[in-house]
Amino acid sequence: MVRFLFEPGLFSNDTVRTALLLGALVSIVSGVVGVFTVLRGQSFAGHALTDVATAGGAGASLAALSPLVGFIGGGVIGAGAMDAIGVQRVKDRDVATGVVLGAATGLSALFLYLITLQTTTTGSTQSILFGSVFTVAPSTVPDVLVLSAVVLAGVTLIRRPLLMSSISPELAAARGVRLRVVGLIFMVMLAAAVGLSAIVIGSILSTALLIGPPASALRVASRLSHALVLACALGVAATWLGVVFAYDSYYWLGSGRGLPVSFFVVADVAAEFVVVSLVAWRRRQRTTALPESLTVPEQVGWV
Amino acid sequence: MFSSFMTNAWLSGTIIALLAGSVGFFVVLRGSAFAAHAIPNGAFAGAAGANLIGVNPLVGLVVFALGAAFGISALSRRTRSDVATALALVMMLALGAAFLATSNAYEPAVNALLFGEILGVSSSELLPVALLAVVCVLGLSTLYRPLLLSSISPELAVAKGVNVRVIDVAFLVVVALSSALAVPVVGALLTFSLMVGPPAAARIVTSRPLRALALSVVFSVITLWEAVASSYWTNLPIGFFVGTMSAGVYLVARGWSLAQSRRPRGALA
Repeated sequence: MVRFLFEPGLFSNDTVRTALLLGALVSIVSGVVGVFTVLRGQSFAGHALTDVATAGGAGASLAALSPLVGFIGGGVIGAGAMDAIGVQRVKDRDVATGVVLGAATGLSALFLYLITLQTTTTGSTQSILFGSVFTVAPSTVPDVLVLSAVVLAGVTLIRRPLLMSSISPELAAARGVRLRVVGLIFMVMLAAAVGLSAIVIGSILSTALLIGPPASALRVASRLSHALVLACALGVAATWLGVVFAYDSYYWLGSGRGLPVSFFVVADVAAEFVVVSLVAWRRRQRTTALPESLTVPEQVGWV
Repeated sequence: MFSSFMTNAWLSGTIIALLAGSVGFFVVLRGSAFAAHAIPNGAFAGAAGANLIGVNPLVGLVVFALGAAFGISALSRRTRSDVATALALVMMLALGAAFLATSNAYEPAVNALLFGEILGVSSSELLPVALLAVVCVLGLSTLYRPLLLSSISPELAVAKGVNVRVIDVAFLVVVALSSALAVPVVGALLTFSLMVGPPAAARIVTSRPLRALALSVVFSVITLWEAVASSYWTNLPIGFFVGTMSAGVYLVARGWSLAQSRRPRGALA
């Protein structure tokens, strides 16, 4: 069994070690930012910013700029555009996010087409769009570390007003929280976080890790700190298992190529969600008999 | 530009735009842009899967788009709908990536599926596409009243005896079928922009439902015709033009309404 799970050379492989390290780091940043994203109901913005960041990355690659500048810059510009169109009112958010995402995806189409004209290597579109943990250049590791620290520090600094405005905007406004400012700071943090994860693990996994583990954690956690820790733990576990399975799949298929990492990580994230939902369901069966519509969202107690 | 091989492009493009404009009106009204973005990605996985096992791509597109729609509505009962949509979206994309990795997909074909191809519908597919479009339009016109009511005020709809859950699922099915038709031409990543930009612009210009619906269809047809023509002349992917034009139409409408509100009241009379 152990031999089957850890195929020969797994841990002596440098690419795999970098992938495991960076994957864990990005999972932690996504877990922390994701808990607030799910609480605020901004999953669509979180996903859209990933694609906007990807457009920035493709643009940077055309202009021969550093990809990191493109991903983060694209994401931050996108967040600003969504805010300008209007993400404050919940009804407008959907359209604002959709319009910005549509424009950015259109630009992606153009940039990626121009890139395929420039280069002779195949698979560039897919590697930019779908990403792969196995292709991260070791030279980007220091930048990724610094940016992760900045995002985590930023979210920690605004955690109280952020939590309050996420759970009850009215209460937060009454207590003097400036909703618009907190919302904009959070959008920029979100853009930086998903830009970072898009460049390291690709846009599919960026959304998967931003939403999946936090959504699972929020189903069972009784306090914010528990939700944050659980989201990070579930994210890291899904990423590591996914990397190991993807590495192993080269051996399983026996055809000289494996299945993508993203496939396995998403499968792990989905499995975690199912298991956690079952746990939450069992727990509810034992405790309350109230219909769900009558129960107050648990998170109100967190403020 | 109007040579015989382009006839299909104009015909299929117009059908798709008529459909996207009408479906999009409800997408914007209901705030379902995320679902409209997620479902075509399911269709993408379907096309990749159909390619892998050698089935007609239209079948793969329809089956997986429907799968995504049912997946979203089933998950939405257990968790917040935006979270459910995000989870369904990443599962579909991961499945698509896995299908592509195991098949020998030709890269330009994959790009066409993601970003559109004006000649994406062949003449033999034109008839099934037109038939499915008719089914969607019939579905929408049957649903029109309860759909409008449940989009504007779910509480009122429930009070009037509308089964909101059934309407929800039925609407997502219409979105799925329309997406399956649009993906080969407009691309999996851009199909939703046609269902968001032009309808949102129409809603800014007028608040009357039928007028907004008609305007939404007009804007969406103009967007698509412009995109087909530009893509033909420049040889750039049609998705680029659909995405940027859809956002452009919305911004022009916003600018127009801003100019209207700045005008002195007397000038309107």
